[in-house]
This record gives sequence, C-alpha cells and structure tokens, in this order.
Amino acid sequence: MKTQVFSDRGAGWHVGCSVAGGKPDPVIRMAINFDNALGLTPYALQLLGQRTAVLANNIANANTPNYKARELPFQAMLSEAMNGDARESMATTNARHIDANPTSSIEGDLRYRVPLMPAIDGNTVDVHVEQAAFAENALQFQASLRFLDGRFRGLISAIRGE
Amino acid sequence: MSLLSIFDVSGSAMSAETVRLNTTASNLANAQSVTSNFADTYRARHPVFAAQAVSGADGDSAEDGAETRGVQVLGIVESQAPLTMRFEPEHPLADKDGYVAYPNVNVVQEMADMISATRSFQMNVEVLNSARTLAERVLTMGQ
Repeated sequence: MKTQVFSDRGAGWHVGCSVAGGKPDPVIRMAINFDNALGLTPYALQLLGQRTAVLANNIANANTPNYKARELPFQAMLSEAMNGDARESMATTNARHIDANPTSSIEGDLRYRVPLMPAIDGNTVDVHVEQAAFAENALQFQASLRFLDGRFRGLISAIRGE
Repeated sequence: MSLLSIFDVSGSAMSAETVRLNTTASNLANAQSVTSNFADTYRARHPVFAAQAVSGADGDSAEDGAETRGVQVLGIVESQAPLTMRFEPEHPLADKDGYVAYPNVNVVQEMADMISATRSFQMNVEVLNSARTLAERVLTMGQ
C-alpha cells in the first residue's frame, strides 16, 4: 500500500476524485501504512506458525523408520528479511520454467537436523529435542502475537484519539 | 494456514499409534494361544509406519500441505521369528514327539512397545493442545 501526496490535485476536490465531477479513484488511499506500522512482526508470526507445523510433524513421525527430522532456520530467514536481501524472485518467461516464487512454499528452506544419536531404523527424531523446540517455538509465537496485538492497540488508540 | 494443518498431522500420528497399541493388545492376548496346526499358530503382528503427505485443513495441498506430513500405516506384518516349541507331552495338542508350538510373541518387547506407543500418543495430544491454544490466541488478537 502506497501513501501518496495529493498536493497536485486541485483544491476543493474530494481526495478520492481525480477530476471534477469524475468517478472516485478506485485505489483506496490509506493514511496508515500497515507495512510500516507493523514491521516484521507479521512475517515472524507466519514463520513461527510454519515452524510449529514442522516441529509437530517431527514429533508425529517419532516412530517412523527412515524419517529424518527437519527444522526451519527461523533466525536466518528472519535476518534475511530484516536486511531486505531476500532471495531474488525469478521471472518465468516460458511455460517450462519452474516457478521459484519464494513465498509459495517453505519446502526449500527446510534443513535436516544433525542427529546426536541416530536410531538403528534410520530415524533421526530426538523426541526431547523436538519437545523443547516446540515449547520454545510456542512461547515465541505468543510473544510475537503480543507484540502485534500491542501495535494494533496503539493504532486503534491513535485512530480514536483518546 | 499452517497451524490448522497440525491437527491433521497429529491426528494421523494418534491414529497410527492406536493401531500400534491395537496390535500390541492382540499380541499380548494371544501370547499363549496354541493350535493343533503349526501353520495356523498365531504370529506376532507389528504395524509398519511411513511418512505421508497430507493436505491442509483447507484443502490446499499444493502450497500449504507440501511441507507438512503425517504418519500412515503401510500395513501390518507378521513376525518371521521361529515359534516357541515347548515339551508338554500331556498337552492335548502336542505332536507325536510331545512338543507344542506357542506363538512367537516376545512379551517383554510388547510391553516396551506398549509404553512407547502410549507416550507417543500423549505427546501428540500435547502438540495438538498447544496448536489449539496458539490458534485461539490468534483469533482473539486485537480484542
């Protein structure tokens, strides 16, 4: 969402109108830029939610032979987004090009855990490690949620002007 | 939404552990089942688990469910271990040498299996509860 300066418009017109008596501009002008107001918190929340699913999957497959425990590199992905040098998105100019859109899936970002003590059936899930990671992840999720909640409360009180 | 796909993942794991608990119960119940025909003697049964791709709760398996998997039971196999032959000549089902074939159920192993299945089930319930709490918190955001 872009904020625009309307100084080039004639005085006396409605903000949404580009010509006198014309139809309202279809683009809704917003005074609040949510991307700026919320920062990285929504992205962090999304990542933590996906990490919860990955860890739950590890715990679910604790007894599956040849299953390899996986992990989402949360810190690396978040600092990547923070620095703004997220992976280049590649254009698909041919029908046979593979869509490398980074937002479509986190499958490519998943890493395999290095097992401390692999089981004889090829399973690398350490249940206690996974449980600890899951508990920590749930806590981080709730913390991020509280930050986001606080931002929204701030916005609401700014709008109300109380 | 990835939080909702946890319900599918943990649910499939709970279902698989229930199958495992079921076979354990069957094995323990039949640990002393003797038949007159050695080929028909009960053999210990164990489920084979495999990771499985499940679609998300909202059905978008291509995007959301691709990285989340559940557990599926590929099948139940019978143990190939040799039957336990016991010398009980007074047993009505004994063969001409006086031996009776007992099932190849290892009771100690079955008990350990039972504990493992129970703990795994409990763990998945915990995961499910945590995911539900998180999802509820998201719903109450901004209130």
